[in-house]
Amino acid sequence: MADHVSSSGESHGSVGSYLTGFVLAVILTVAAFGIVMSHAMSPSGTVGAIALLAVIQIVVHLVYFLHMNGSSAQRWNVMAFVFTVLSVIVLVAGTIFIMHDTSINMMSR
Amino acid sequence: MLGKLTLSAIPYDVPILVGTFIGAAIAGLAVVGLITYYGKWGYLWREWLTSVDHKRIGVMYIVVALVALFRGFADAIMMRSQLALAYAGNPGYLPPHHYDQIFSAHGTIMIFFMAMAFMQGLMNIVVPLQIGARDVAFPFVNTLSFWMTTISFLLVNVSLFIGEFSQCGWLAYPPLSEQQFSPGVGVDYYIWAVQLSGVGTLLTGVNFFTTIVKMRAPGMTYMRMPVFTWTIFCTTVLIMVAFPILTVAIALLGLDRYLGMHFFTNDGGGNQMLYLSLIWGWGHPEVYILVLPAFGAFSEITQTFSRKPLFGYKTMVYATASIMVLSLLVWAHHFFTMGAGPNVNTFFGIMTMVIAVPTGVKIFNWLFTMYKGRVEFHATMYWVIGFMITFSIGGMTGVMLAIPAADFVLHNSLFVIAHFHNVIIGGVYFGYVAAMNFWFPKAFGFKMNEAWGKRAFWFWLVGFYFAFMPIYVVGFEGMTRRMNHYDNPEWHPWLLISAFGAALIALGVVCQLTQIYVSIRDRNLAENRDLTGDPWNARTLEWSTSSPPPFYNFAIVPTVHELDAFAHDKEAGIDTRKVGGDYKPIHMPKNTACGFLIGAFSFVLGFGAIWYIWWLAAVGLIGIIATVIARSADNDVDYYVPVSEIVRIEQEHSRNLMAAQAAE
Repeated sequence: MADHVSSSGESHGSVGSYLTGFVLAVILTVAAFGIVMSHAMSPSGTVGAIALLAVIQIVVHLVYFLHMNGSSAQRWNVMAFVFTVLSVIVLVAGTIFIMHDTSINMMSR
Repeated sequence: MLGKLTLSAIPYDVPILVGTFIGAAIAGLAVVGLITYYGKWGYLWREWLTSVDHKRIGVMYIVVALVALFRGFADAIMMRSQLALAYAGNPGYLPPHHYDQIFSAHGTIMIFFMAMAFMQGLMNIVVPLQIGARDVAFPFVNTLSFWMTTISFLLVNVSLFIGEFSQCGWLAYPPLSEQQFSPGVGVDYYIWAVQLSGVGTLLTGVNFFTTIVKMRAPGMTYMRMPVFTWTIFCTTVLIMVAFPILTVAIALLGLDRYLGMHFFTNDGGGNQMLYLSLIWGWGHPEVYILVLPAFGAFSEITQTFSRKPLFGYKTMVYATASIMVLSLLVWAHHFFTMGAGPNVNTFFGIMTMVIAVPTGVKIFNWLFTMYKGRVEFHATMYWVIGFMITFSIGGMTGVMLAIPAADFVLHNSLFVIAHFHNVIIGGVYFGYVAAMNFWFPKAFGFKMNEAWGKRAFWFWLVGFYFAFMPIYVVGFEGMTRRMNHYDNPEWHPWLLISAFGAALIALGVVCQLTQIYVSIRDRNLAENRDLTGDPWNARTLEWSTSSPPPFYNFAIVPTVHELDAFAHDKEAGIDTRKVGGDYKPIHMPKNTACGFLIGAFSFVLGFGAIWYIWWLAAVGLIGIIATVIARSADNDVDYYVPVSEIVRIEQEHSRNLMAAQAAE
């Protein structure tokens, strides 16, 4: 087991950074709901906009709540993160590739 | 008050289930009675059920896996005998409703609760010892993982006697698994069992990844890690990548069923093809999650019983790592015929063929390890050699299926069934059994009986070929999978041969149970005792401590100078367990019942949700949250083993060792 029972080393953030993260997260969430409910954009524009907001939301969570940064103590975190991003891209891009071709061939849309 | 649960949910009118229930009840009462008779409840609770010791958790995992094997194999015997009988107008003895539950349960149990539990048991027993650590990174999470897996398996078995199990195959494809076509509780049992056990598996992945990254002994760089640890490392990465996909896919299916959403339904804008893509995005990495640890075990066994270092350690590591990455890029080969067209099929077909290359590298590494070695034909080596032949055949039929054009002919036929049993029995199962034989003395301090081990091997090997080669043939002849009865006279003889093979495998299982019994009976015979801790003259660190190891594993954490640390120490004459070392108090975790409690509440949550008994589900959920909060607030979770205690245990070990050497 790990040598320290209490957490050590890494910064676990301050009230200020948590508040900043919280406010940003709320703005991004409200914005996403607003775009959908106001019908301000075309359907494809809406999908693109909320996808973009979701990606920004992920970054906000990582920085403010999971305390990711580029420091050397975080090397493993960053490496794991890069691998995660890569595998998410593989899965998402692969699924879009498969479902797009299926839609064309099977006229499922 | 009781949701959907009524008396009619109890299948007291199905003789097979009533018989099973009576048998299970008698066996259960016998176990409870024996524990009570010998007054072992307190011991069981304190030393095992609440234990955070990775070695004991590992043993409990393997016990669960063997029970699951028994259950899953009973299903297999029923399927094979049904197909031997249900020919030309004879309906057999299993009506479709029951038969469909059996093949669904067989697949679900064998993958999630036999193979996954077995694999996690092996990694628990071996990995911390192999890297010179005293426990895993998060001992409490480890016991929690175990209990999540165990209660999920219990949930599947409860479905035998209360309600029904899923009839939609082991992956519950929609739209069949949707509320519209499966209104019963079967699919809900499947959803909750898979989701709850998935929590446990994901936590194990995080736990062992952290353990391997952070807790290796000083001097053990990545390229000095034993191959088994490397394969577990890649497996944990795959678990962390793949299991969230499974969780999301099954959660979306659950939303469809519970809240009337339309992710995978026929109507309302749903698209069931997306489910296939998601579930296999998990499902293909999953088969490598299972087989990579088996490859690791084969590597350790081959080098030990060939009496020389593993041939091509580095290529073995790179092959493992490339399989890890490639396994994420092949999932569409499970649904070539879905209609995605030549672009998609070409890409995924080629990636599938590419993954055969690193696997082939491994086979050649094992062969060259044996070449010019002093191969000792120990029972574990039988499984290794049987694996190499069987798995190569299975791999070749896999490459056949990777050709999209061939897959259009073979998909959904029994050929596919024969292929994946060929790789899973020949690769995964043979590997885990070999590993169990190999590391058994480390866990218990005595060897397994070799004669019964060899008998089990021969029955399994010959039985496998009798059972599954005919399945390839009827697959070629066009027999589809999951068929309840048939009229084609050409298939009948092959299915009779296959049933004969299943009977041979049943004898193999009997031999394995006998092997365990005989080993325990003869545990005190001098030739079976393992007092040195190194019964096979092996090469890696887990053999440098005693068998079974003290609860702190290593009195002094070993320093690693090169690959195969223990072999190096033996050659250089370094005795890491010499009495009178500079002992320091050892920091260890305390046992906790929290893992057991969270597991028990999860069971209540799952059962309540399956039957729509919402107050019961709420009790379970609140119980889980309360236990987690209580555990988080508890600071009394660790202690230090005093030096006097370490000295006492170490001196006792060296006295035993000297007595053994004097007896020789």
